[in-house]
Amino acid sequence: MLDFLKSTVGRKYIMGITGLVWLGFVLTHMAGNMLILVSGDLYNAYGHAIVSNKPLLYVAESVLILSLCAHIFTAITLTIQNRKSRQSRYAITPNGSKGSSLASRTMAIQGSIVLAFIILHLITFKYGAEYTTNVNGVEMRDLHKLVLEVFKQPVYVAWYFVSLILLMFHLSHGAHSIFQSFGILERKMQKSLKKFAWIYAVIVVGGFLSQPLYVFLIHN
Amino acid sequence: MENKKNLNLTLKIWRQKNNQSKGEFKTYDAPNVSPDASFLEMVDVINESLVVKGEETIAFDHDCREGICGSCGFMIDGNAHGPQKGTTVCQLHMRNFSDGQTVTLEPWRAEAFPIIKDLMVDRSAFDRIIKAGGYISANTGGAPDANAVPIPKYDADEAFLSAACIGCGACVASCKNASAALFTSAKITHLALLPQGAVEKDQRALDMVAQMDSEQFGACTSTGTCSASCPKEISLINIAKMNREYLRASWTKKEAVHGGDMA
Repeated sequence: MLDFLKSTVGRKYIMGITGLVWLGFVLTHMAGNMLILVSGDLYNAYGHAIVSNKPLLYVAESVLILSLCAHIFTAITLTIQNRKSRQSRYAITPNGSKGSSLASRTMAIQGSIVLAFIILHLITFKYGAEYTTNVNGVEMRDLHKLVLEVFKQPVYVAWYFVSLILLMFHLSHGAHSIFQSFGILERKMQKSLKKFAWIYAVIVVGGFLSQPLYVFLIHN
Repeated sequence: MENKKNLNLTLKIWRQKNNQSKGEFKTYDAPNVSPDASFLEMVDVINESLVVKGEETIAFDHDCREGICGSCGFMIDGNAHGPQKGTTVCQLHMRNFSDGQTVTLEPWRAEAFPIIKDLMVDRSAFDRIIKAGGYISANTGGAPDANAVPIPKYDADEAFLSAACIGCGACVASCKNASAALFTSAKITHLALLPQGAVEKDQRALDMVAQMDSEQFGACTSTGTCSASCPKEISLINIAKMNREYLRASWTKKEAVHGGDMA
């Protein structure tokens, strides 16, 4: 199986499995965030519930970090090999029916910016200002206050939008190409699969983008 | 009404003496081209005029000129085999171009396909992949009865579609990673679907993927340009099939066993 993991095919399985972990994570992360639209207290209570279960939190964080590292490492090795395989470029880039989507051609660039976003995002929120609040007699972190504070900064919102739109393209390509990488793509799925991937990506990113919109519309 | 007027074209063609030399684009006029001519016939006419002038002719691969042998192929304005889908360059007709157009011709560009001369490249990397397992082992003798082994219609049709690959190299040429995944997977799929090929399908998947990786091809990133550029429109589902064949073959790879009643 070591030969398998070193092969181009095997490394696509690694990209797919680690990507799938994050496809699942961003969906649940987005769904949880939607609670902010219900109430600030509920949002805080949800955050508190997650950090209260330490063993589960550490397991989940480890899986996410390991997946991310494996995803990035494999992506780098594949990208280096791919660039080496095609060193000279064509004078003209095709743009007709024989071309490819910009999203599929620029996964490495999108990924790099999304990585920068993840790091900044952790600094801003997970390791950001520690405000406290009291919900139903329980002392907890006031993430709601932090979210309002951060999303009132236009520069941060602009960066958030750019990163999330790139994430949308990254997810849309990933969500359909894992079917090919995993070897479960069949002729009958081909047409609907890209639609499914786009619907998924738009729901996830649309959900996230509703947060700054909520701050702008409700709290301004 | 179809445009029947002859065309005047300007061609920018990649000229390269050999693998060592540095190539460059040279501009040629193609006057009075019949819209019914094939693209290669148009280049033939330019070559004839070059012969008359005592200049070196433009080298390009071709053989059957019926779209079935896989010899021809180059980039036309960045499209493998030109703008028309599902067509080899020999079957591309000049009616697809318009009068006064400038058309750029380049050879397949991939490290695994070194340029031999002008628009010709060395595709023997494909031959080595086929040699690694793109065949079935059969005893010689009389041809077996065609219908002796029943094959489900679905499998036969899918195998036919995969077998349509002519090995022209358009998939590699159009892929930004110069990946040979579509070519290799088409052969793995074609033979794995048929009972004659299924016997050796695990070893074939292991050997052909290993050979593909040992050549200078890149990895598949599912951009889909290979299938879009393929003159035989080989589907991406072949790559999926190769991936699962390779996973299964790696997982169930057998080791020699001894003992018991095997004396």
